[in-house]
Amino acid sequence: MIVRLRLFASYAEALGRDEIALELPKGANAGDALAAIRARPGADRLPPQPLVAVNRVYATTRTRLSEGDEVALIPPVAGG
Amino acid sequence: MPRFLTNAPIGAAALLAEIASPACGATTLFLGTVRRSAEDGDVASIEYSAYSEMAEAEFGRMVAEAVTRWPAARIALRHRMGRILTGEASIGIAVACPHRAEAYDCSRYLIEETKKRAPVWKKEQLGSGPARWVEPKAAHA
Repeated sequence: MIVRLRLFASYAEALGRDEIALELPKGANAGDALAAIRARPGADRLPPQPLVAVNRVYATTRTRLSEGDEVALIPPVAGG
Repeated sequence: MPRFLTNAPIGAAALLAEIASPACGATTLFLGTVRRSAEDGDVASIEYSAYSEMAEAEFGRMVAEAVTRWPAARIALRHRMGRILTGEASIGIAVACPHRAEAYDCSRYLIEETKKRAPVWKKEQLGSGPARWVEPKAAHA
């Protein structure tokens, strides 16, 4: 299945892009999506356990994914 | 149509007009402004960015939670995006309630939740030197 991984702020800068389409096995979770980009250049600048969101809601690495889901890695937030 | 994020300057009068009601005897307006940070050097401006779709949803959830806790509250909230100069507002939260205690509490709740949860980031542009991403500091309240 294909999921859309989105990156923001310092994470997007680290990876040099803000979106990556990932092919994952059926039944994969958000942690698998994170693992799938670990070998990419710049991914060593991500923390071991970044915050994740699935379909625009905070989630965990154990959150199961479905085809077409939007997974986001959320850098430490600094709004306000 | 975005409800909470805007690229335009935050207008206090417009926020207050949105929530005005004869049923409310207490109105608070909180403005968060870009400050020249003494410990970090001379901040000239801050560039705000967001995971826009999620930020809209998250602000919606925060406002819904606030209305659950303070059912009489009328709330207008805007977070500005893009480059904001020192002294300008990055966020405006207007709350009107029948009485002051709930207006203050609700306003405080919304800014604290924003700090914890809103997927928004800022990059400081120093007067001299490079831009850098701002990491939140829990101690600043």
